[in-house]
Amino acid sequence: MTGLQILFLIIAAITLGGALMVVTTRNLIHAALWLILCLFGIAVLFVLLDAGFFAVAQVVIYIGAIAILMIFAIMLTRKVAKDSGSQTNSTWPIAGIVAIVFFGGLVFLFQNWQPIHTLPPTLPQGYNSIEQLGMALVSPDGFLIPFEVASILLLTALIGALVIAWGKNK
Amino acid sequence: MIPLSWYLIFAAALFCIGLFGVLARKNAIAIFMGIELMLNSVNINLIAFWRYLSPNFIAGQVFTVIVFAVAASEVAVGLALIISIYRRRSTIVAEDINLLKF
Repeated sequence: MTGLQILFLIIAAITLGGALMVVTTRNLIHAALWLILCLFGIAVLFVLLDAGFFAVAQVVIYIGAIAILMIFAIMLTRKVAKDSGSQTNSTWPIAGIVAIVFFGGLVFLFQNWQPIHTLPPTLPQGYNSIEQLGMALVSPDGFLIPFEVASILLLTALIGALVIAWGKNK
Repeated sequence: MIPLSWYLIFAAALFCIGLFGVLARKNAIAIFMGIELMLNSVNINLIAFWRYLSPNFIAGQVFTVIVFAVAASEVAVGLALIISIYRRRSTIVAEDINLLKF
């Protein structure tokens, strides 16, 4: 057991614990804070996977924008988001069974699949995945069109969110 | 080194926790948090497959960028919908938003 493996296990345990708290805690603000912890753990895993750009993007986009947006929404709907009473619906045992069965099925599938035991190939000296990613995103031979479509999607979502949340003047 | 299976099992567990959150929670914002967990587990899978199986083919990372963009726009529109519903109905409990239920 190497140091990296121990680090991975610690981070994975923290992240999964945070995720469990997100789906079980009563107080929604606390759930959002646990979500932030969970997203930080995932950012650390991105660093372990040699994808530093995504670790930064995770912190900036997920924690800086999405989680904060969620906290805003929770506070704007605070009157009903009381901590009293059950936060789960009546079918939650079925939901738990579905989740556990799904997890068991996935693990069962993994066991029959050979490449799962591969170790990561060593990256060549001076390999810069950020440079490659940037080139791929803007080169016409690469992924220029999906990139532009994603930007149009973001613009549409921006305008759509404004229109939906505008509210009518009485 | 960390085997690929560890990442896959971790991502599967995270996905299933998110699935439980989506299926079991009452509050619409809590359901959104479950969706975020599921999207993140998919991102981990994509990056892990990129790193372990095809580090010279950058498409795995590009796919993750697209997932990030989709997640951001989904949250923006979704939370706007939730706030709009809250203005009209004064509730964001998913069971009470049943106007379209026949």
